[in-house]
Amino acid sequence: MKANFKYNISWLAVMVIGFVAIDACEFLGIINTFIENMLVTIGINIILATGLNLIIGFSGQFSLGHAGFMAIGAYATGIMTQTIATPLGFYLSMVIGIVIAMIAALIVGIPTLRLRGDYLAIATMGAAEIIRILINNLKITNGAAGLFNIPPLVTWATVYVLMCLTTIVTVNFIHSRNGRAIMSVREDEIAAEAMGINPTRWKLAAFVFGAATAAIGGSLHAAYIQTIAPGDFNIMASIAILIIVVLGGVGSITGTFVAAIVLGALDTILQNFGTLRMIIYSLALILIMIFKPSGLLGNWELSFKHLGIHQRKEQSIHE
Amino acid sequence: MLSVKDLVVNYGAIQAIKKVSFEIHTGEIVTLIGANGAGKSTILHTISGIMRPVSGQVTYLDRQIQKVSAPKIVQAGISQVPEGRHIFPGLSVQENLQMGAFLRKDRRNIAQAYEDVYNYFPVLKQRRHQDAATLSGGEQQMLAMGRALMAAPKLMLLDEPSMGLAPIFINEIFDIIRAINAAGTTVLLIEQNANKALSIANRGYVLASGEIKLSGTGQELLANTAVQKAYLGG
Repeated sequence: MKANFKYNISWLAVMVIGFVAIDACEFLGIINTFIENMLVTIGINIILATGLNLIIGFSGQFSLGHAGFMAIGAYATGIMTQTIATPLGFYLSMVIGIVIAMIAALIVGIPTLRLRGDYLAIATMGAAEIIRILINNLKITNGAAGLFNIPPLVTWATVYVLMCLTTIVTVNFIHSRNGRAIMSVREDEIAAEAMGINPTRWKLAAFVFGAATAAIGGSLHAAYIQTIAPGDFNIMASIAILIIVVLGGVGSITGTFVAAIVLGALDTILQNFGTLRMIIYSLALILIMIFKPSGLLGNWELSFKHLGIHQRKEQSIHE
Repeated sequence: MLSVKDLVVNYGAIQAIKKVSFEIHTGEIVTLIGANGAGKSTILHTISGIMRPVSGQVTYLDRQIQKVSAPKIVQAGISQVPEGRHIFPGLSVQENLQMGAFLRKDRRNIAQAYEDVYNYFPVLKQRRHQDAATLSGGEQQMLAMGRALMAAPKLMLLDEPSMGLAPIFINEIFDIIRAINAAGTTVLLIEQNANKALSIANRGYVLASGEIKLSGTGQELLANTAVQKAYLGG
């Protein structure tokens, strides 16, 4: 416990330094609105992809429905903050979005997590479509037109802090005993069951956890961009998040960070190329997949622990 | 300690186990021997709660457990070393062991459990930070056994521990099974290597096509001509 605490504090320090650095750049005018917009998109994508990586990389379940849970968070915020347009209202809406997304994940997960591979992907994709079509046809969500003029209750700082928080919570969860239970189910379901680990329960835990992070990402997206429509949360949105996870390396949270930053930057730079943009973007993806099929970082993690990895493993297990 | 009575188990449409009954007393090593497909593993999976019987009873410490879930059975003190080892390849040796103690609440004794496992299998201690996938077959078998021991079982179910191992490892594994038993764990050993299994077992049952054909002490069965013909190459 003590060792973990120390590493968490070290990471926290890095995060504070990052915050101050961005803030200074903002102050000096190095970061304009354009770049800030890019950074916020990257931050939200990191939150979304970290949750999806937990589902895909660590519990070994292939979900294609992440945008559905993101939509739940986005609409919870979009609808609620129009009546309570205060920061408190935003956080309240985020919590409600998380709760609804978790309930939805339970409903979707209990029957579908018995499926494997392709079947699970199709089932989760279907679930996300159901969510999108519901939103498309409900009055409270304003149908296909979507919601406009959502109060701008989120700054880059909010996104940054929440990104750090979800990452710290996720990484600690992965390194806990429960996180290893999730990985052991991925490694060998029969053996996990023989150890008394209930496979369905732990797969469900990862799935619900991932849905909660998707809802956080959705809330931030709605409050920052200020307009949302059902079309923002279609299958392509799920795939965009999946690309980040796969490109960074399935099972590497560091990889998720790197991929979100690389793709975010690439996307912004390529905006100067007009229609060529998607071609270059796809080409870059294809090239990376050919030369680095396990993703940019495989399952490698950046860690202070690399300096003394052996001590850490021993300590974290014995405590 | 454990008694199985009139157990019938289906494997898909096939009746794999036809009214099998046997008993294990506290402190014993009991072996079930038989050829491939005789139903040995099916019996073991039924005891550990991974498969459900069609009829019959499994009684463990005066409690019927044929309908109890696998986690509850582990908690009650029965742990299984599955056939083909089934270790977690991407986790380190130590993390594998940690998962064996997943259901234990007595954190203080768990540290002792690591020591005990490392005493039985010193090689696991050397390799404790390596991914389990990098171990040799024999070491993986040791890890699977160590992992089961981490749950502090009263009854240990071993499914074909000698499968695919070099003779030198087989001898070592069987010595350790004896040592584990001597330390107070009752053992149910399933084996194709009948010679080895019977030589360390207090009692044995011979299983063929889902039925028990013979039973007796280890020595009796070793001396039995029918057993010798069928399983011992005599």
